[in-house]
Amino acid sequence: MPKKSFNIIGKPVIREDGYEKVTGSSPFADDINFPGQLYGVMIRLPLAHAEIKKIDYSAIRGNKLIKAICDTSDIPGSRKIGVVRWDQPVFCSEKIVTPGDVVAMLLGESEQELHTLKTRIKFSARKLPVLTDPSQALASTAPLIHPELKSNLIVHHPLRKGNVEKGFANSDFILEQTYTTSAVEHAYLETETVVARLFPGRRGIHIIGSIQNPFTTRRLVAAVLDWPLTKVQVEQATLGGSFGGKDDLMNILAARAAIGALKTAKPVKIRYHREESILESYKRHPYRMHYKVGYNKDGRIIAMKIDILADGGAYASMSPFVTWRTVVQATGPYDIEHVWTDVRAVYTNNPYTGAMRGFGSPQPIFAQESLMDEIAVRLNISPPEIRRINALRSGSVTATSQKLKEHDVNLIPVLQEALKKSSFIKKWQKNLKDNPVQDWIDLSHTKTGILHPDQFRERKEVYRKGIGLALSLRGCSLGAEGIDAAAAYLSVQPDGSVYLMCGLAENGQGLRTTFSLIVAEVLGIDPDQIYYLDYQTRSIPDSGPTVASRSTLMGGGAVKNAAEQVRERLENQLRKYWRIPKNTQFHFRKNKIRARGSKPLKISFSDLCQLAYSQGINLAALGWYPGPQVHWDEATGQGPAYFTYVYGCQVAEITLNMTTGEVYLDRVTAVHDPGKVINLLGAQGQVYGGVTQGAGYGLWEQINAMEGQIMELNFDQYLIPTSKDIGEIIPVFLEGRDKYGPWGAKSLGEPTLELTAPAIANAIRNASGQRFFNLPLNLEELILRRKLRPEDLTRGSER
Amino acid sequence: MKYITLTFSLNGNKISLKTHGNRRLLDVLRDDFGLTGTKEGCGIGECGVCTVILDGKAVNACLILAGQLEGSEVVTIEYLARDGKLTELQQAFLENGAVQCGFCTPGMLMSATALLNEVPFPSEIQIKEAIAGNLCRCTGYKQIIDAIQKTAIRLKK
Repeated sequence: MPKKSFNIIGKPVIREDGYEKVTGSSPFADDINFPGQLYGVMIRLPLAHAEIKKIDYSAIRGNKLIKAICDTSDIPGSRKIGVVRWDQPVFCSEKIVTPGDVVAMLLGESEQELHTLKTRIKFSARKLPVLTDPSQALASTAPLIHPELKSNLIVHHPLRKGNVEKGFANSDFILEQTYTTSAVEHAYLETETVVARLFPGRRGIHIIGSIQNPFTTRRLVAAVLDWPLTKVQVEQATLGGSFGGKDDLMNILAARAAIGALKTAKPVKIRYHREESILESYKRHPYRMHYKVGYNKDGRIIAMKIDILADGGAYASMSPFVTWRTVVQATGPYDIEHVWTDVRAVYTNNPYTGAMRGFGSPQPIFAQESLMDEIAVRLNISPPEIRRINALRSGSVTATSQKLKEHDVNLIPVLQEALKKSSFIKKWQKNLKDNPVQDWIDLSHTKTGILHPDQFRERKEVYRKGIGLALSLRGCSLGAEGIDAAAAYLSVQPDGSVYLMCGLAENGQGLRTTFSLIVAEVLGIDPDQIYYLDYQTRSIPDSGPTVASRSTLMGGGAVKNAAEQVRERLENQLRKYWRIPKNTQFHFRKNKIRARGSKPLKISFSDLCQLAYSQGINLAALGWYPGPQVHWDEATGQGPAYFTYVYGCQVAEITLNMTTGEVYLDRVTAVHDPGKVINLLGAQGQVYGGVTQGAGYGLWEQINAMEGQIMELNFDQYLIPTSKDIGEIIPVFLEGRDKYGPWGAKSLGEPTLELTAPAIANAIRNASGQRFFNLPLNLEELILRRKLRPEDLTRGSER
Repeated sequence: MKYITLTFSLNGNKISLKTHGNRRLLDVLRDDFGLTGTKEGCGIGECGVCTVILDGKAVNACLILAGQLEGSEVVTIEYLARDGKLTELQQAFLENGAVQCGFCTPGMLMSATALLNEVPFPSEIQIKEAIAGNLCRCTGYKQIIDAIQKTAIRLKK
């Protein structure tokens, strides 16, 4: 139940790790070195799909600068790993299936010399046909990426609700459209780095690096070494951004470093430069989404049939779970009686795709929110109206036949708030009046892509305004993907200072601060009294990964549980000490504890801790927060998929350059119900950052692969938003009540990102009268209506 | 490759360094002086996480060669809170939530410090321009811009 008033929760608070970060003293992975350390440099073949015949090291063998060459023969345990399906070799020995693949690793003291030496290695390989088009992956003629699996299908999630054909027969209108999205890069500013070193004797191995999910890394390194989990100690260095991206690849890098350390008995560091990082790391899935919608004159959507194909690239990675979130949320936050959805992920020779902030939601939201506006246009009603008619409400049933209950279903409220804050209707109508639809310049039929003289326009006609919105619901945490529980360790010292650690890892978003605030609230102390311990797998139970916007909800729950255990023991001690009745309640506030009641009894927090300590009271606790049971029927896609949901609405306002197709993002109003906000400063930061990443996804970012080979290997070609690209962002929080999470605090990180691109797409529709179906909505998409995909690897003046 | 001997100022200290002239300032700072607050993100002068102040200007340390340092004055992130006390700008970064993962933060602070040294009261456009070469993937820049603006106001008083 929500508390009436809070000491510190909900206020803006400075980061717990802030001093170190603004002084440059936080130890990121590449700032950590060990004496005698060797560097590991990867060997790759410039091929996308080939059978390896021979790797010929004769030109470098015996070179004193090379301490060892590691390949698959050095692996004592599992030679393939993966977060879901174990299909990714640590070192490839039979086949190359994508250009990022690594066949071996050179070890030596000079990283630079190794990079020079590796160019002398020769190889022979038999080239195999390269599969780059996911729509061809399931054809009988398609080359098999992993022949032992007998098919290129990674996963197929069906969802069947009602009778979709009957639904279409009973609909007044049918609309069919296809949307696509591109692969994009996480673009964390810190590239992947890891160090592995053996502990003395038989004490195991120490791995420290830019690792998002240390327990996943531990599990997979232990499998590769064939060691017990206890002997693999994984520690997280300060993490320079992740966004879902430092999982699979970091596990494999940690395994390679561990193999190197085992072989040489020296510490081994692997650090990627940007080109290598973009080449080998996984991306967000490109989707092709076909929607067929049946709706009535009154705006009511009756039936929806959805066919989605995700390019999983060379390895399964998180594809089974990413596409599972897609199948749950593909119909959006709408109440639809008849639904038939198929989501498939397939193997290709493209760079593999996996977890990235949003995790299977940004793609379908782009399609489904564009569609909602298309239906509204056809019925001559406004974008909010079509959504109000179909929105899920308290007690509504989702596409998976889950009844929404036991929390505030704040879908309509976030929509209303966003409309009000952005003056949506007024602006939307004015833009429609100001923007004649018939004069959009479409150069898709010209050979040159050059304007005809009579297509030039007056300067005042060049810029148009547009406004658009997008709406979502999002399942919190892992849902039926897997086991969902988290642990926290809290130890109060005799002077009242506190050690705290949680089994979820900090990714930079600020969970250490959030967790410190929760403890400070429960114990009525200052957050500065809390010393947050660095994360080590040997010091805390496995709490699953820091993913799915689950940290505040699950980790926060565990932290609160630990603090409440200690508080209860302190309260019992006080009742004895003051000889007051067992039902006496206490205030813990500003480092003072007061008994409620007639007598003015008061003690400082540190005196109480000293007292309890002297009486032999245990002031340490292990907190635990198990997620409630969820279940799922794989065959029909039915069941309560997530135990609770959050809701969001974003409005984008843009200026469109009618001549170049350039879109300027003027303002985004982002209204979110994340449940209770714990740290206002951190929550606002999530919105600013998520919207900015979402704008990059909507307007600019795109990984192009030619024969599997990525074109954009550094920030000169892969363009992420800069300080000059984004206009005003207005975060608004509408805190719904929920029985789960600390005081009802739920999820925010991913909802902030998933809505921006579709809101921009709808704003472009408002400005231009045109619908664009493919992300990113860049100049060529808007003016030429096609992507300038590479036909060969040379560019511009090189040609 | 021949060694050269360079004399320059680093964070207020006179330095004499014997090194190869073709090494990057970034590597000199990190490897020779242990100044690891200066980061590497792209190695081609696009991301700005290696920003330091060279003779009053914010520069990418990955694009400066050791040979260019003779007689120059280099200031890195470690100089800002040299006495343990944060500068107004560092404090404002914390108060405004301008830091998330913190990897771009040192470079961002150096670009902003160089700006405020040169332009005491910058406009929002000047601030955006000054940090346009510093990529940040976490914050969306808003809180960073706020922090710089508020520092300018505070320093003016």
